[in-house]
Amino acid sequence: MQPRLLEIRKGVLDKNDQLARRLRDRFSSAHTLAINLVSSPGSGKTLLLEKTLASLRSTGYRAAALVGDLQTDNDAKRLAASGVPVRQITTAGNCHLEAQMIEDHLEGWTLNDLDFLFIENVGNLVCPSSYDLGEHLRVVILSVTEGEDKPLKYPPIFHSSDLAIITKIDLAEAVEFNRAAALANIRAVRPEMPILEVSAKTGVGMAEWLRFLLVQRAAALMAIEN
Amino acid sequence: MHELSIAHNVVEIASHAANEAGINRIQAVHLKLGALSGVEKDSLLFCYEIAAEGTRLQGSRLEIDEIPVAIYCPHCDDILPLPGVQALCCPRCGTSSADIRQGYELEVISLEYESSDEPELSL
Ligand SMILES: Nc1nc2c(ncn2[C@@H]2O[C@H](COP(=O)(O)OP(=O)(O)OP(=O)(O)O)[C@@H](O)[C@H]2O)c(=O)[nH]1
Ligand SMILES: [Mg+2]
Ligand SMILES: [Zn+2]
Repeated sequence: MQPRLLEIRKGVLDKNDQLARRLRDRFSSAHTLAINLVSSPGSGKTLLLEKTLASLRSTGYRAAALVGDLQTDNDAKRLAASGVPVRQITTAGNCHLEAQMIEDHLEGWTLNDLDFLFIENVGNLVCPSSYDLGEHLRVVILSVTEGEDKPLKYPPIFHSSDLAIITKIDLAEAVEFNRAAALANIRAVRPEMPILEVSAKTGVGMAEWLRFLLVQRAAALMAIEN
Repeated sequence: MHELSIAHNVVEIASHAANEAGINRIQAVHLKLGALSGVEKDSLLFCYEIAAEGTRLQGSRLEIDEIPVAIYCPHCDDILPLPGVQALCCPRCGTSSADIRQGYELEVISLEYESSDEPELSL
């Protein structure tokens, strides 16, 4: 018996991607800049977000955050202390967030009241890279304590990001962080990637990061109006 | 590991297509997997068996066609496949380029079935 072929040609993540596009349109029309933060576990997503939310709030911007976590609501509690709306997405062992989880957790929030929506993804450099969450910006975080070769070990997540933040730079000297190698490795997998160097602990580089966010939001608004 | 949820999607897409075409016995599912898709071939193969269990795809093969990254090099004015994903630069002249022309694929291409099992296109 001859085997026959039935052509299908369907993207495995089509469903997620379609929903993500709808979400992005919703965010855009509400003038909400959506940011997806990805990194290995413990790179500093939550601390950076705590400081970012507090700064934005004190300068009059309205932000909210969705936090993915495998099991606990520790990060959501930490973020809620900054006084902005925060919701926990418990993934029950799932190693990444999907667009559907974002949509489900937006219920009851008025996007028009938000200038920024931050999404803290599950700490993982592999799985989140395949899932568009409807964000405008994907930001990958690499801390100085985890080695300069992470971009070469996990190219898709670095490649799919729009900005790389090197965090914990207050510890750079202590861990003999090789800055040149880190920059070169990031740019090898994503030429022209903008890179910021930040310490959420001491505040170094935070102003540049906040400026980056405001510029991106302004650019997104311009794009909508044209 | 997200390969299990990816494998479930593959099984769902293939089952749905087979159902629509009236195919019962699927021998293989052909999939294109780009080097930048973020999905690992071996774990996907492993998860596929688990995901297919108890469905009409149980016992079928997953045939994965791995697609390398290819970039456009402005200097060579050519599209070139890369040996890996660790350096997005032209393998011929070394110019770095983020103009990616292939490598993101994660797509079910076709189903392989026995010809005795003729599809009845029921729309
Ligand atoms: N010295 C220093 N420590 C930091 C910095 N940012 C985060 N940390 C510490 O690093 C640890 C992990 O930070 P988190 O913000 O919880 O990291 P995370 O990426 O949210 O972790 P998961 O959500 O578990 O993936 C905490 O003890 C933080 O206080 C920094 O800029 N400098
Ligand atoms: Mg966290
Ligand atoms: Zn070239």
